[in-house]
Amino acid sequence: MRLWLAVIIASVGCAGLKLSGYVVPSRFVESQVARRVLAALPVTLLSALIALSTFATGNHLMLDSRAAGLAIALVLVALRAPFLVVVVAACAAAAGVHALHP
Amino acid sequence: MPPPSHDDRVTDSAATRAANRGIRNRALTIGMSVVPFGLSFGAVSVETHLSLLQVCLLSLVLFSGASQFALVSVISGGGSYLSAVGTALLLGARNGLYGVRINTLLRPRGWRRLVMAEVTIDESTAMAVSEASSGFSARAFWTTALSVYVLWNVATLVGALAGNALGSPATAGLDAAGPAAFTALLAPRLTGRAMRLGALASAAVAIATVPFVPVGAPILIGGLSAIGLLLVIDR
Repeated sequence: MRLWLAVIIASVGCAGLKLSGYVVPSRFVESQVARRVLAALPVTLLSALIALSTFATGNHLMLDSRAAGLAIALVLVALRAPFLVVVVAACAAAAGVHALHP
Repeated sequence: MPPPSHDDRVTDSAATRAANRGIRNRALTIGMSVVPFGLSFGAVSVETHLSLLQVCLLSLVLFSGASQFALVSVISGGGSYLSAVGTALLLGARNGLYGVRINTLLRPRGWRRLVMAEVTIDESTAMAVSEASSGFSARAFWTTALSVYVLWNVATLVGALAGNALGSPATAGLDAAGPAAFTALLAPRLTGRAMRLGALASAAVAIATVPFVPVGAPILIGGLSAIGLLLVIDR
């Protein structure tokens, strides 16, 4: 019963959080400053996400095979490699390192 | 099918078709990259004694991988239901911030806004933002949302039914797919020096705070403090 409650509250809560961004009154987001903030916001949030999903597991910092994947991705992105090449090469690098240091 | 958008008014030239093909291929790659995690989420959840219905409901309604994993792993680690839900919500908060941006970028109306909000996640936002200057944002958003929603839910169901027979995504290096995809999608946005500095500052702050704050908070702390930094240096 309490598990059901957790599932439902988390689901409805997260869906509500998603919707919350769409009901911000437009007068709050039309100033020059707000536009600059909004353009930068997904970039900074996703950068943090990239860093965390590479170097963290829960509350712990870790240096493992994922870092090799990100390093390869950064190099290939700088070389303007196609999207699929970046993703597949990053996985291959991470798999290689993982096989050496499981 | 994704609802029609302003993008459909663009004339169907060869360049447009090429752009559409590019978007479709990237959206499919991203969709495929979430499959191993959907499988693993389904398996871990059943292991944690969630029913099949509960597992599928999470992927259908909550639909945000990080929050879903957090919820289940706190419960399986013996944490309280309250902290499980709290962590899931903390991780889900960034979708609300994405929503503010996507709402001003794509300006959905009526019921479409509800659907758009439900599929506003890292992947769809990153794709929409990466196409912000090309005029294909709406197509990029909907195509990615559809691809990820369908594949994530199918993978969850299969993972829940198959259980732990499947092994960990890390073995095949698939845990590197997400960061690599987001790096490729963000690259075109990192044009100015200020934006690059903001991205680096956000990543650095997020990593520095990991050991000290609840799971989920570092993304918000990193992302928002970098915005503060950008406002200060940009004045």
